[in-house]
Amino acid sequence: MGAGRRWAVDFSDNSTAPSSRDIPDPPGFTRASVDQDDSAVSRQKKDAEANWKAQKAWEVAQAPFKNLLMMGFMMWMAGSTVHLFSIGITFSALWQPISALQGVGKGKLSYDFYFSNAVDSSKFHFDFAVFEPYKDNKVDLLGPKLLFIALNLGGLALGVWKLNTLGLLPTHASDWVSSLSPAQEVEYSGGGIPL
Amino acid sequence: MAIRSFLIFFIFFFFSSLNPILSLYEDQVGLVDWHQQYLGKVKQAVFHTHKTGRKRVVVSTEENVVASLDLRQGEIFWRHVLGSNDVIDGIDIALGKYVITLSSGGSILRAWNLPDGQMVWESSLRGSKHSKSLLLVPTNLKIEKDNIVIIFSNGRLNAVSCIDGEVLWEKDFEGESLEVQHVIQPTGSNLIYVVGFASSSLFEMYQINALNGELLKHESAAFSGGFLGEVSPVFSETVVALDSTGLILLTISFQNGKISFQQMPISNLVKDSFGPAKIIPSSITGIFAIKMNAVTIVIRVTNENKLEVVEKTNHETSISDALSISEGQQAFALVQHAGHEIHLRVKLAHNWDDNLLKESVKMDQHRGLVHKIYINNYIRTDKSYGFRALIVMEDHSLLLLQQGEIVWSREDSLASIIDVTTSELPVERDGVSVAKVEHNLFEWLKGHMLKLKGTLMLASPQDIAAIQSMRLKNSEKSKMTRDHNGFRKLLIVLTRAGKLFALHTGDGHIVWSHLLQSLQKSKVCQHPIGLNLYKWQVPHHHAMDENPSVLVIGKCGPSSGAPGALSFVDTYTGKELSSLSLVHSVAQVIPLPYTDSTEQRLHLLIDADKYAHLYPKTPEAISIFEREFSNIYWYSVEDDSGIIKGHALRGKCTGEVADEVCFDTRELWSIVFPSESEKIIATVIRKQNEVVHTQAKVIADQEVIYKYISRNLLFVATVALKGSGEIGSVTPEESWLVAYLIDTVTGRILHRVTHHGSQGPVHAVFSENWVVYHYFNLKAHRYEMSVIEIYDQSRADNKDVWKLVLGKHNLTSPISLYSRPDVITKSQSYFFTHSVKAIAVTSTTKGITSKQLLIGTIGDQVLALDKRFLDPRRTVNPTQAEKEEGIIPLTDSLPIIPQSYVTHALRVEGLRGIITVPAKLESTTLVFAHGVDLFFTQLAPSRTYDSLTDDFNYALLLITIVALVAAIFVTWTLSERKELQENWR
Repeated sequence: MGAGRRWAVDFSDNSTAPSSRDIPDPPGFTRASVDQDDSAVSRQKKDAEANWKAQKAWEVAQAPFKNLLMMGFMMWMAGSTVHLFSIGITFSALWQPISALQGVGKGKLSYDFYFSNAVDSSKFHFDFAVFEPYKDNKVDLLGPKLLFIALNLGGLALGVWKLNTLGLLPTHASDWVSSLSPAQEVEYSGGGIPL
Repeated sequence: MAIRSFLIFFIFFFFSSLNPILSLYEDQVGLVDWHQQYLGKVKQAVFHTHKTGRKRVVVSTEENVVASLDLRQGEIFWRHVLGSNDVIDGIDIALGKYVITLSSGGSILRAWNLPDGQMVWESSLRGSKHSKSLLLVPTNLKIEKDNIVIIFSNGRLNAVSCIDGEVLWEKDFEGESLEVQHVIQPTGSNLIYVVGFASSSLFEMYQINALNGELLKHESAAFSGGFLGEVSPVFSETVVALDSTGLILLTISFQNGKISFQQMPISNLVKDSFGPAKIIPSSITGIFAIKMNAVTIVIRVTNENKLEVVEKTNHETSISDALSISEGQQAFALVQHAGHEIHLRVKLAHNWDDNLLKESVKMDQHRGLVHKIYINNYIRTDKSYGFRALIVMEDHSLLLLQQGEIVWSREDSLASIIDVTTSELPVERDGVSVAKVEHNLFEWLKGHMLKLKGTLMLASPQDIAAIQSMRLKNSEKSKMTRDHNGFRKLLIVLTRAGKLFALHTGDGHIVWSHLLQSLQKSKVCQHPIGLNLYKWQVPHHHAMDENPSVLVIGKCGPSSGAPGALSFVDTYTGKELSSLSLVHSVAQVIPLPYTDSTEQRLHLLIDADKYAHLYPKTPEAISIFEREFSNIYWYSVEDDSGIIKGHALRGKCTGEVADEVCFDTRELWSIVFPSESEKIIATVIRKQNEVVHTQAKVIADQEVIYKYISRNLLFVATVALKGSGEIGSVTPEESWLVAYLIDTVTGRILHRVTHHGSQGPVHAVFSENWVVYHYFNLKAHRYEMSVIEIYDQSRADNKDVWKLVLGKHNLTSPISLYSRPDVITKSQSYFFTHSVKAIAVTSTTKGITSKQLLIGTIGDQVLALDKRFLDPRRTVNPTQAEKEEGIIPLTDSLPIIPQSYVTHALRVEGLRGIITVPAKLESTTLVFAHGVDLFFTQLAPSRTYDSLTDDFNYALLLITIVALVAAIFVTWTLSERKELQENWR
């Protein structure tokens, strides 16, 4: 985690899994015996938790959609002339998906491909910080992740489309020829009225 | 609230749409601009040195200026510039308070108040016969207590009242075939003698009563030998003339109405005669001078009309008019050249042997010979006479000599500039600091304290004045080194006197001046004329150790076949590196777009026989030239025969003119204008060194149109032969104006447009792909300005973005003008209130900045007009997209915004030309306007978008930065402390 986070309480229950942290188990406690003791109860609990996680993951994945609608409304309000407001809206519309796709996931390896130990259900292993809390062996996060990406890409496309309607994209011939220097002429001529 | 927001919107819109208002604040005048006033070569001078009042001299000049100068410093008290067709024939002072001027071929007589130069009266004199114009102000001649002025002009003798300019009487000589030479009014009498020649061998004398114009006597006598040139009056009833061979002196006396001739061959007076003589006009009693080749002979006439030579000299001599110093005593001055000195002698007319005054004055070689001298006397403290002399030099400068010293001098050559070019200043080197460092630390501190006070608005009015003078005297701007922004340059100026000046653009001071050897009168070159200036060598690679130089082109005499003369002048030092007298004439000078390894530009000189001569005459230049041989063309505009011809080079010269650097040419094409319906009155081309940033023009909705940018386009304006006279001399039906755009390589007429009912004069300017021209619309009774923009249609289908992105287009590849062009033109016309003397256009280094037209108005001011006002795409109701593009709604006339006069409150009297030079800073262009006056300023047509303005508040910026940094530190420490406390909690 970044330097900004000084302390945190981890509410996720790590009691079933081997501790991810380097905290030694209390003396006299053996993890294996606990697992074996109430495995039935814990399985039930785990299932409920997995369901809840999946539900939450889908919710998170759908969140950008609201954003998308909001952005669309703002863009419609901003109009198609270039001024401070419309440029601000457009750039925020571009920035939000980009930061969602890239910036938010910077805690873990984002868009990382685990080719070497591709043991998971998906060949490609996206690690999003957004989906970090819902990570579970039993929850298939691929769907929410793809939706999340698709929606953010949609937001990006909307921003780019807005940029184009503002005329800020070099899609016209005029954008490419406006600094072309005049062609050289082969012939040269001089003269005038005799001095 | 709504009103306020509307107002804000309105103001914003106003400023955004009309932003190039160039007005200055009052305290910015003189910061970057300078203005100098000149007079021109003095033709006549009259002193006014009465005991009371300030001592002054009134002069008339060849630039048609009449001015009153302070005799102490040479400053101008007042000055009037008469029009170029209002040539001054004579000036004098009447009644001690009026300056009388006779001008316009003797048809306009004006009186100006001597102290302040206000015009008192003006009267026009009738008469139709062209004749000599003579002005005479008798001192003691009165008609009914009214002092009179006697004028002979246009074949009439007039007596005009001094008080109100009323013509008291007139005597007509128009009927006679008399060529009047002199009007003599003997002092103290009421008689006027009019003497002249009729039918080349008849001497005529009319005696007229000065009081009523009555003819008293008319005598004539024939002299078989005929007469030559002028007469010189030696006594009130005796004149001296030369016979038609110029070898015999005639003393003609007409005492008591009887004319008698006395002949005296010059060879009898002077042993070794030097061919035909010429009388130097003067009016000294009993003395006259003749000139034979380079020898000047002063001859005294005794009472018995005997002639005797008193002086014969080889030195250049000038003689002043007579100055009556006391009752019956006349003094006059002689100036002679001897090496670096001039000798001034003042003598009494009746006593040749004694000198009243003899002085030697050191004289700069670069002033040439003394052309004219005027003397004036004053009474010294010991009651003896002292003399001061006003001399006019060959370089048109005016000097006052007194007590063997030059009291003041004026460089009036600068009133008649022929051509201007610029040169960079030397690069600043380590250890060479030309600028003066502030005197001491205290001064420096004081200056900065004052500035700080000004910034904080604590300055008192005195402080503000001190700050202003500090700004104006800023030593930075007159430094002799190159600056980062390219504002400091040298203006190299060629004047009609054949003198070359270098003016510093910072404050206009003369860095050096040089009277060119090649443009001085010599045995081989009798009437040298300076023609043009070209940049000969502009070192970029060797800027540190080589000096740039200019080429001065002149010719001997006004005829087209007169041989040319070249001079090469170093622009840093003003030294003439070399000068050449050519064997061939110079009809055209074509600076070629090639330079040799020493960065000397190749120039092609075309002579009157259509041979091309290459300069410099080096083998390297020839090899460069031969490589481009087939691509070099030239054209000639023969405006009197109405033919434009195009030529190409053929090969080396053959025959007697064979020379390594001489090339033969052949005619390729010609355009013949029908002589009765079209007469060429104006041709204009693009400036050869103009830089165009882009060939494409983006219009509304991202569309692209391609400009037709060619260096070989010629704009020609022709008018109907009938309409080539003055405005209003023809009816609209008889007059038309045709504008052409002609390709000078192929002779192709790309565009032709006729303006019916229009007339010249046409003033035009050509830049990039447009031409703007100014003419008179007879139907509307108004001046009009038209714009033609020319676009290349063949490039219009380059619209594929991917090709452009990948660079797969041929838009920038070299093109030949022989490929068939497909052009379209757009044009539009507007009314314009002013008549125009000159039009120029701003030019910048990269050509990105928008353009402004600089219009020299009839009021001798320079008006900046945005090119956007002359955009053929203007419509009455532009669409939203067009408005965004900056198109101004179409109006019938061009606006004249008073704030956009670049000359602000000043006038450039006699404005003739406007020159624009790009500064190194893209936004800024340097403007130099010249006429009788000089004016220089910097212009930023789109404001200085690439630099902070002079009045930018650096102090505020600095304070803000310091405050912000301080705030950052304070809040940082505060937050640290807070965080620590929270951690401990």
